[in-house]
Amino acid sequence: MTEATIDMTTTAVLKANTATSGGREEFAHTISGTIGKPYLDGKDAKFFCRGVNVFYAGEKQAIFDVNMDIGRNEVISMIGPSGCGKSTFLRCLNRMNDTIAGCRVTGDIKLDGEDIHDKEQDPVLLRARVGMVFQKPNPFPKSIYDNVAYGPRLHGLASNRAELDDIVEQSLTKAGLFKEVKDRLQAPGTGLSGGQQQRLCIARTIAVSPEVILMDEPTSALDPIATATIEELIDELRASFTICIVTHSMQQAARISQRTAYFHMGYLVELNDTKTVFTNPQHQLTENYITGRFG
Amino acid sequence: MSTTTERVKATLGKRYAREKRFRFYGLASIALSILFLVILLADIIGKGYPAFTSTYIKLDVQLDAQTLGVSADSTPEQLRTANYNTVVQNSLNTLIPGVTERKEKKALKSLVSGDAQYELQRRVMDDPTLIGTNQSVWVLADDDIDTYYKGNIDRTLPEGDRRIKDFQLTWLDKLEADGRIESQFNTIFFTRGDSREPEEAGILSALIGSFYTLLVTLSLSFPIGVAAALYLEEFAPKNNFWVDLIEVNINNLAAVPSIVFGLLGLAVFIQLFGVPRSAPLVGGLVLTLMTLPTIIIAARAALRAVPPSIREGALGIGASKTQTVFQNVLPLAMPGILTGTIIGMAQALGETAPLLMIGMIAFIMDVPSSVTSPSTVLPVQIYLWSDSPERAFTERTSAAIMVLLAFLVSMNLLAVILRKRFERRW
Amino acid sequence: MSTLGILLTLMLLAAFSYYIGRKRSLALATPAKRDGNDLHSLPSYYGYLVVVWAVIPALLVFALWSTLETPLLTSNMRSHLPAEYQDKSADELSLTTNRVLNLARDPAQLATADPIFKAAAEDYLQMQSMSQTIKTILVLALAIAGVFIGLRHVKPKTRARNQVERVVQFIMIGCASIAILTTVGIVFSVLIESYRFFGQVPATEFLFGTHWSPQTALRADQAGSSGSFGAVPLFVGTLLISAIALLIAVPLGLMSAIYLSEYAGPKLRAYAKPAMEILAGIPTVVYGFFAALTVAPFIRTLGEAMGLSVASESALAAGLVMGIMIIPFMSSLSDDVINAVPQSMRDGSYGMGATKSETIKQVILPAALPGIVGAFLLAASRAIGETMIVVMAAGLAANMTINPLEAVTTVTVQIVTLLTGDQEFDSAKTLAAFALGLSLFIVTLILNVVALHIVRKYREQYD
Repeated sequence: MTEATIDMTTTAVLKANTATSGGREEFAHTISGTIGKPYLDGKDAKFFCRGVNVFYAGEKQAIFDVNMDIGRNEVISMIGPSGCGKSTFLRCLNRMNDTIAGCRVTGDIKLDGEDIHDKEQDPVLLRARVGMVFQKPNPFPKSIYDNVAYGPRLHGLASNRAELDDIVEQSLTKAGLFKEVKDRLQAPGTGLSGGQQQRLCIARTIAVSPEVILMDEPTSALDPIATATIEELIDELRASFTICIVTHSMQQAARISQRTAYFHMGYLVELNDTKTVFTNPQHQLTENYITGRFG
Repeated sequence: MSTTTERVKATLGKRYAREKRFRFYGLASIALSILFLVILLADIIGKGYPAFTSTYIKLDVQLDAQTLGVSADSTPEQLRTANYNTVVQNSLNTLIPGVTERKEKKALKSLVSGDAQYELQRRVMDDPTLIGTNQSVWVLADDDIDTYYKGNIDRTLPEGDRRIKDFQLTWLDKLEADGRIESQFNTIFFTRGDSREPEEAGILSALIGSFYTLLVTLSLSFPIGVAAALYLEEFAPKNNFWVDLIEVNINNLAAVPSIVFGLLGLAVFIQLFGVPRSAPLVGGLVLTLMTLPTIIIAARAALRAVPPSIREGALGIGASKTQTVFQNVLPLAMPGILTGTIIGMAQALGETAPLLMIGMIAFIMDVPSSVTSPSTVLPVQIYLWSDSPERAFTERTSAAIMVLLAFLVSMNLLAVILRKRFERRW
Repeated sequence: MSTLGILLTLMLLAAFSYYIGRKRSLALATPAKRDGNDLHSLPSYYGYLVVVWAVIPALLVFALWSTLETPLLTSNMRSHLPAEYQDKSADELSLTTNRVLNLARDPAQLATADPIFKAAAEDYLQMQSMSQTIKTILVLALAIAGVFIGLRHVKPKTRARNQVERVVQFIMIGCASIAILTTVGIVFSVLIESYRFFGQVPATEFLFGTHWSPQTALRADQAGSSGSFGAVPLFVGTLLISAIALLIAVPLGLMSAIYLSEYAGPKLRAYAKPAMEILAGIPTVVYGFFAALTVAPFIRTLGEAMGLSVASESALAAGLVMGIMIIPFMSSLSDDVINAVPQSMRDGSYGMGATKSETIKQVILPAALPGIVGAFLLAASRAIGETMIVVMAAGLAANMTINPLEAVTTVTVQIVTLLTGDQEFDSAKTLAAFALGLSLFIVTLILNVVALHIVRKYREQYD
């Protein structure tokens, strides 16, 4: 599926890319394969990624040969300095990069053993299975109810109004929002506070019953209290979903994830149990980052 | 496989069909719009290009002094009023002898345009020694003959249905066999003013009228527009009632129907202030008011695009606000302002309706000599000609449209080039 | 001296005064104090200061005199007409005035004119040349006096820069205020003439009458009763043609904008957008010609082939071509509006697994709705006020019908028809044009104000 240019994103990405390209060479030699435990046993892996490269228009490479597995019902966090490719990699997992003109992904990405780039695979279906929550809360200009009902309606998941009501209520409940909004389901979603909006977006994603939820810095636009609520929510959601979260906050990664991946200049430098990454980083670059020498 | 997957899969076929359909509607809309453009241009060009040639007939004229009623040393006035008509008549009689019937005689005379005798007049007045000689002269054919030779009169139709009768066709065939009929480039179209006779009608007076009108428009709207934009963008206080009022007014005026500006011109400029009707001056004044919003909006955008660092830099070394704006900001914004001005002028060049209101709709044969002499402009000339039923006028209307479009395209190209050449990235 | 001569002289004088003003200031500053220059401003500002003194008062007087000249001369001439002309009705008097003015402008007619008018015209011409002489002397004297006054102000302590900058600011404010003056001028001209019209024809008849035939004058002295002025058929005709135009332009323009901004690759965009702009840049008179000579006969032939009776100036032909004209307008406005919808909204929808068209229909269009409504209103205002296409392709007959195959007439067509050709200025016929202009202005003004307001609010929402 080819999709039109989305100029803003492209430029933003290109800018980030240019900013980092100068330093790439000097680091490249220090990165030889990923340190830590990037691979899981075959049956534990939800996502199976081998040799993933991402190129933007003009053949600028954003991701270099990333190999990793993402486990079932785990929260995996991806950290690294800005422009390191963590968001780009995340967007590979539900083929959101398809929406950027000139963006090309190579390598193997398998979801439950099926190649997501296979001709038979459909991005619409893939995105229904792998939901995404974005950095900035982006509720649609519709009512709270319609926001949550958006996905089920698109995909025909509810056969009648009662079923739909049910899905909406359950999703809002899971997202911890139902109590706050149950009396104003018809109010516009854009009228909620920032934290509520982000939980609405999570509810919207859950409503489709995906298998994996990708979160791209979901709390960076929120205040600490709202952040705490979302973090608790993520922990609860782990029971039913696999969650990949990109974050710029190391504390957040430490609090909520089981495994942590450290990206640097488009390379996956280290992937290990969260505790190990933060207490005993194996790679010099990881250590420099978590001790605050850069980033 | 989860239930979600199955249910989503079930909907996919329908959804992609809808997607395809929607995409098709979009593409079809664009294709249709461009198709309209192509049809329009093809129609105009198809109708208009024959107007760039005219049919000429070669006459052998005897410029003998007796027939003309002049001698070699007659005054220019005598030469001007000499009897060229009979000379033309005689030469036609020699070419097609034996025409006696009244109707046919008249038809014979009207093989050639009324311009034929003036052609002789011009030649004789240029060179009085021609008197007494025999000359071969190519003279303009009548518009019906011209239309026939351009293939727009079908000779296979019954005689009653066409403007050229059988006996005329015999004459024409004879003339053609003698090599006396030729198609030449239509210089008259570019060198004369309006005329009742299509073969003699030209766009020069309208072009000059347009030129004077645009001259007035440009010389007023450019300085005023730039000054207004400078004030609003650089000096005006924020949240001031008057400034807001000015802004609201500018945005509204940009969308007021052009004909309303014509009413303003008629009631205020002509009736109240006594500016002469039908003159480029009043046309220019009205078009100035119309193009001002365009120029102001473009100039403001250009000024806004100059980064604040330029202003801060100049202010920082002790320049006054006015000095900063005039010496640093304005020159940088100039390409953008000029682009906007050219586009505004192009709009003004194509404008018709308000000029009808202020009497620039007159029949103008002479080339206007100043901004206060009665004139018309190219679009109005097109409007006037489009009303005439003759095929030859339709042709000339289309040709005039081609000339107008050529001007507009060049102006817009100029604007694009200007923008490309001076495009600056801050 | 002619107007042009006066202006040229003033320009020369301006150049001269700049030169001597600057020179004088330099003389004051040098040579003793070359480094401790005690001039307040740069020498060129003293030059400009003298220019301001020399030119501005002279120009103001010149402009004022020139604007008031003709009305005053005319009223003077009118008051000197013989009593029997003075006593006639206002309409007659203005007719006589116009006749005299025409004589004054055309020497060829003057020679053979009626002695009374001839005398009046000659009198007028004499007064005019006297006025011109006085104006020339006054303006030039003021300018020269200005130079001297200006030179006296060239002193080291004079804050020349501040003074010049103040003048420049005032000039700029004046230029910006022309926008207000234009609006006032429009309102003033249509209101006054409409007021006079409604003095002759009741407003209720104009607004609710269903019969329009202004051309049928009964008797020459019955200005007010010449024809009937029920404008409803014109309003219906205008709405019919505009509706046809919008029916074509809105879907096509909107879909083109959607395709160009959401689907089209850079290549298609690079060609299709300029093509649309060409469509937008074609003058309306060209569309009118196309409508009248190509589309209308085509529709007529087509209709007759299908057994329908189609008027040769059908509303459909004018509306269709007007629709084509408005497509690029609608498309570029919608394009702006659609591009203002934030990318995050699209990402959100794609991330849920929506297809492109689902995203457009269910997220982008609802989000852009206010902007699209604004664009629609602006397009409607454009259609209602469009003149040349309907003048050339729609009829003059004021039929009250909503059948697009019949001929209808519109407000703008009638304004043009009533005001072109020979007409005396004060007849109800002419004034009716201003009343129509007033209704046109009010309707388009409301549409524009509402549309601009909606669009601004919409933009603020996503900025």
